[in-house]
Amino acid sequence: MIRSLHIAAKDLKAEFRTKQMLNSMVIFSLLVIVIFSISFGDLLGDSKIVSQLAPGVLWISFTFAGMLGLSRSFASELENGCLEGLKLCPVDRSAIYNGKIISNAVIMFLVEIITVPLFVVLFNFNITGLFELAIVILLGTIGFISVGTLLSALTVNTRTRELLLPVLLLPVIIPVIIPAVVATGKILTNGDISDISGELRLLLVYDVIFFVIAQLVFEYAIGD
Amino acid sequence: MLTNFQKTKILSIFTAIVMLIANYMIFFYLPQMRGGAGELLGSSFKIFYFHLPIAITSYLAFFVVFVASILYLKKGTHNWDVLARSSAEIGLIFAALVLVTGSIWGHATWGVYWTWNDIRLVTSLVLFLVYIAYLMMRQAIEEPEKRARLSAVFGIVGFASVPLSFLSIRIWQSYAHPLMFGQGVQESGGGLEGTSLKLTLIVNFIAYFLLYATILAYKVQNENIQEEISAKKQSLE
Repeated sequence: MIRSLHIAAKDLKAEFRTKQMLNSMVIFSLLVIVIFSISFGDLLGDSKIVSQLAPGVLWISFTFAGMLGLSRSFASELENGCLEGLKLCPVDRSAIYNGKIISNAVIMFLVEIITVPLFVVLFNFNITGLFELAIVILLGTIGFISVGTLLSALTVNTRTRELLLPVLLLPVIIPVIIPAVVATGKILTNGDISDISGELRLLLVYDVIFFVIAQLVFEYAIGD
Repeated sequence: MLTNFQKTKILSIFTAIVMLIANYMIFFYLPQMRGGAGELLGSSFKIFYFHLPIAITSYLAFFVVFVASILYLKKGTHNWDVLARSSAEIGLIFAALVLVTGSIWGHATWGVYWTWNDIRLVTSLVLFLVYIAYLMMRQAIEEPEKRARLSAVFGIVGFASVPLSFLSIRIWQSYAHPLMFGQGVQESGGGLEGTSLKLTLIVNFIAYFLLYATILAYKVQNENIQEEISAKKQSLE
């Protein structure tokens, strides 16, 4: 555990020196929101339609921005043979996975903390259940990251890694996107925690199942 | 003793016979279907006897991929990878057929080819996409050992996500689902109660399982021959 924290700390340190990934992810998720607002155009005048569209837009922007980060997560280790160095560390392979999950999740949360207020402003929302929204985003992001990190490690060894990651990731994360969008929609229309218990349970199950599967197979994904 | 080639030949002949019987039963043996109110159901309902066995066979094929992937990672034997690859390709064809027959049937009974309101439709589509991704991944990797290992990992992850997609889609549109699909199958009075109907369905199930087994046997054989050839080619160079 402490070792995975070391790996996460190393990643975050490297990230905060350049802020390369964080900046592009934030700008990208903002751009997604803007493009959606423009393409929906007149529909956004009606507050009823907005509350139906908005959760989807929010999660699309998280997903795309997250994908951007994930595709760099292991690819950045390729330079100067860092991945080999990481594999040579006297730690369990799953410690690398856990470390990467932690660093990816922290970066995702930062992006989300910046995106949500912008989203509230641009879509004229008044979020009442901020705590519930935080839980949904937390669980959704953990599920997304735990599969995404595994697939990022999987695709890093292939030639077309930037192309392959979205193709592999999107069908597999459908079960986490759907409940997250539904739950977000319910919160935005003043639902409370009892309204979203079904979705939360599904998100939790997804997180646990994929975290465990990824722990078991990560060793094979990253290679010898 | 029979060689492997003779065995697959016998299997394929047997499959062809069962397949013919199954089709004969659908078109000539089945009585006219009546709906709940006693009205005659059109012959469009007959597609059900293709649709359901094909769907179950595609699930079976993907389950084989899942099991073969686990066994490959565990044992590292090359044969499991060949099995997983072959089964995934066949399963994908069956999954595509499920979508096609389902759409045709949907158009005949509901008037639309596709609806996002039915959980089974969306789940089949997700399943189809997962295994398209699986095969795309196989194409993207050159080295055989790495390809086998990485696609085994994805074979496990992809299969695990499918039951969860089913559940999540149910949450997504729990209110819209019930009526749509049930009408043609279970609820239309007497749906599948007659013996002749059940018998036809069972024969069709056997026919499609056999079809899967035959194609799988041929596919595995082909893959093995292909590898033999490339090994011989390399030894010549």
